[in-house]
Amino acid sequence: MSQTRLSPGIVSGRLTPDELAANFTDVAPPLAPHEARVAADRCYFCHDAPCITACPTGIDIPLFIRQIATGTPDAAAMTIFHANILGGMCARVCPTENLCEGACVRMDAEAEPVRIGALQRYATDGLMAQQGHPFRRADPTGKRIAVVGAGPAGLSCAHRLAAKGHDVTIFDARGKPGGLNEYGIASYKTVDGFAQAEVEWLMGIGGITIETRKALGRDLTLESLQNDFDAVFLGIGLGAVNALRAEGEGFRNVQDAVDFIGDLRQCGDLLSLPIGRDVVVIGGGMTAVDAAVQARLLGAENVTMVYRRTRDQMGASQHEQDHAASKGVRIITGAAPVAVIGDDDHAEAVEFAYTAVVEGQVHLTENRFRLKADQVFKAIGQRLEKPLDALKLTGSGKIAVTGPGRTSIERVWAGGDCAAGGDDLTVTAVAEGRDAAEDIDARLMGRPVEIPG
Amino acid sequence: MTDLRSDFVGIKSPNPFWLASAPPTDKEYNVRRAFQAGWGGVVWKTLGSEGPPVVNVNGPRYGVIHGPDRRVLGLNNIELITDRPLEVNLREIKSVKRDYPDRALIISLMVPCDEDSWRDILKRIEDTGADGVELNFGCPHGMSERGMGSAVGQVPEYIEMVTRWVKQYSRMPCIVKLTPNITDVRKPAEAAKRGGADAVSLINTINSITSVDLDLFAPQPTIDGKGAHGGYCGPAVKPIALNMVAEIARHPETRGLPISGIGGITTWRDAAEFMALGAGNVQVCTAAMTYGFKIVQEMISGLRDYLDTHDMALSDLIGRAVPNVTDWNQLNLNYVTKAVIDQDACIKCGRCYAACEDTSHQAIAMRPGRVFEVIEEECVACNLCVDVCPVEDCITMRELAPDETDLRTGIPRGGYANWTTHPNNPMSKAAE
Repeated sequence: MSQTRLSPGIVSGRLTPDELAANFTDVAPPLAPHEARVAADRCYFCHDAPCITACPTGIDIPLFIRQIATGTPDAAAMTIFHANILGGMCARVCPTENLCEGACVRMDAEAEPVRIGALQRYATDGLMAQQGHPFRRADPTGKRIAVVGAGPAGLSCAHRLAAKGHDVTIFDARGKPGGLNEYGIASYKTVDGFAQAEVEWLMGIGGITIETRKALGRDLTLESLQNDFDAVFLGIGLGAVNALRAEGEGFRNVQDAVDFIGDLRQCGDLLSLPIGRDVVVIGGGMTAVDAAVQARLLGAENVTMVYRRTRDQMGASQHEQDHAASKGVRIITGAAPVAVIGDDDHAEAVEFAYTAVVEGQVHLTENRFRLKADQVFKAIGQRLEKPLDALKLTGSGKIAVTGPGRTSIERVWAGGDCAAGGDDLTVTAVAEGRDAAEDIDARLMGRPVEIPG
Repeated sequence: MTDLRSDFVGIKSPNPFWLASAPPTDKEYNVRRAFQAGWGGVVWKTLGSEGPPVVNVNGPRYGVIHGPDRRVLGLNNIELITDRPLEVNLREIKSVKRDYPDRALIISLMVPCDEDSWRDILKRIEDTGADGVELNFGCPHGMSERGMGSAVGQVPEYIEMVTRWVKQYSRMPCIVKLTPNITDVRKPAEAAKRGGADAVSLINTINSITSVDLDLFAPQPTIDGKGAHGGYCGPAVKPIALNMVAEIARHPETRGLPISGIGGITTWRDAAEFMALGAGNVQVCTAAMTYGFKIVQEMISGLRDYLDTHDMALSDLIGRAVPNVTDWNQLNLNYVTKAVIDQDACIKCGRCYAACEDTSHQAIAMRPGRVFEVIEEECVACNLCVDVCPVEDCITMRELAPDETDLRTGIPRGGYANWTTHPNNPMSKAAE
């Protein structure tokens, strides 16, 4: 064991290059054709299938599985893409056990669902690996639409609009498109640069241009977009991380989990990425798990996730929790941070109070404990970075929308995490972007709205 | 523990499971391994006349129909009779029989349809020690083009003639193997009986094209771009075989003629079904070709277990279901059942609903929460819901109690009455 492995503090190179490579391989390797046929054969082709209902994008799952089973995986991919153009990413990151697979009647039959996510990946990977783009644009309409945010909602919206013959310009604050697909998801879920490859593939439809490093409120104003375009779609996500509201939060080694995840994704050489020996992750959602697991995979010796409510209220699915546990992450529930303890500007431990949930409210008890920490990640939810003055927000601080993403401002739509409603899932964002695009198209072209899926 | 020893037309074997005449029984090596695995008997792959042996194609001989997970449901072949010299086969048969005197060893034969050919071949096999002969009047491909196999089996007069020759020139038990590629299997069975056959065995394979290669536009198996029909066998043909066995078992002219049941037997249960319909023993091929010889061990333990639990001897099973095979016009039209869905067992897939709503009698309702309920007022008891339900015993058919009113017709259930007496039957009126 190298000395670096047990070095205190935040250091790089805790593991060997081989160990890192093994740790960050594809967490769910793609199905081979034989595996796919076997898995597809298990689908019962249910009537009015519960899996379709459970999918926020309403993919016709029994149909695409039957298409795989009958040897036409490309047709299966088209069934998926018609409902969900980011079906490739969703196949990798969807919490399927809470969605399609959780609803699969095989769960009742033998507690083992049809492997819908894996089959979706099988179909979509196959088609995306081929030359060209499978959708054709309609005749040009001459309409121009601004999409702000190149995350799942914005990309989905842009593709649907481009397909209908509109010209779309996507603005994104970051250096690369993809949003959380590129910056906010564990590396082992989307290996080999899939997020960028998917954006490039999606752009293959034509009629979409992306302008990166253009942030709303910094480089752009909503007013200018309204003036320059026929419609605006906001898919700007939630740029700010909620505060712990605990003493010591400002220490240098108390960081946002999403930043850590983003840094890891953008890091060319994991050997150079520093990680603490004792890492504490505060939060119970997918982001918390992605940060905690990757901290372990980078070589952190002790990684503890602490969530203030009960285990069944965690945002992370059971599958995610099990995955974290299998990677050696310790999960503590029913405890909330009260103070980060440290020296100068440097955290050394986090003090937690056990909580009691009374009528839905979390109360701190006098029962305390401390966790040693040389690195603390906050993953306790995100919020809109800068409220947009003109837009009506909901009580929870998100953009208020009605119907398919209509905001309080005429010709401005919103979807994805920044908009009220939904589950802050990639797949929900895709559905909202798509549905807003249908609504925008209907409004601009004077057509009745048709929501697919 | 139930005794599975079998005596079929005087041929004794430790169990009623024989391997049918086919590739698995083509040579000594295979047959020895089969006997080691526990097979009660073997019908040696069909021998032809002396002289240069037949030749087989050098491309694929088999086509297949797969079920889920590539389970072999049906197999089709274009292989001919043995392509090895007669004397080699005879020597091997003798050697195997000498080492396995307790096992049944039958020789399948197919020679041209003339008396000399049959007399000669029977003479050649005389001193092999074999227990009997099976006349291959069944193979529907290749040999039939040369006036043998099913070309004989399709003409009852030929069957009778050849059988008579065989009985004349041999003292061995004679089993006539029938082709299913005919209209009424009772006719060839009658002919075999008239000719003096000790038994019939059925079915041989069914004329078939298993699939078409959609790139080559040729039937499969494809030999250099062309395909010929082959003989179909395996689980898919079992229902056809069962019916033919039952037809012979219950036909007044052939009743009591021993039957060796063949056709898609894959498990002990399949075997038991054939025997219940009148087969005195069974022959297996496709299952062994799919899984190897070891499957006989499951067949032996399964049949024994069944007979033990039902306190039956093997002879009690044979033919036990024959009296219950009848004509449609004898079925009780006052027997009424209704589908019942076990809500606890239901996994809510809705297949029963789709099947009934789209293709049957709209007798299943889909209630909120995906609760599926039978509408007795519409249910004609067709059983389709039972058949498509993926959960065993989730949907069952409930028999109405005597005098209970059928909610569909509003008529209380009556006693036995069949079509011959039904008022809608013009013939029943004529009989008055």
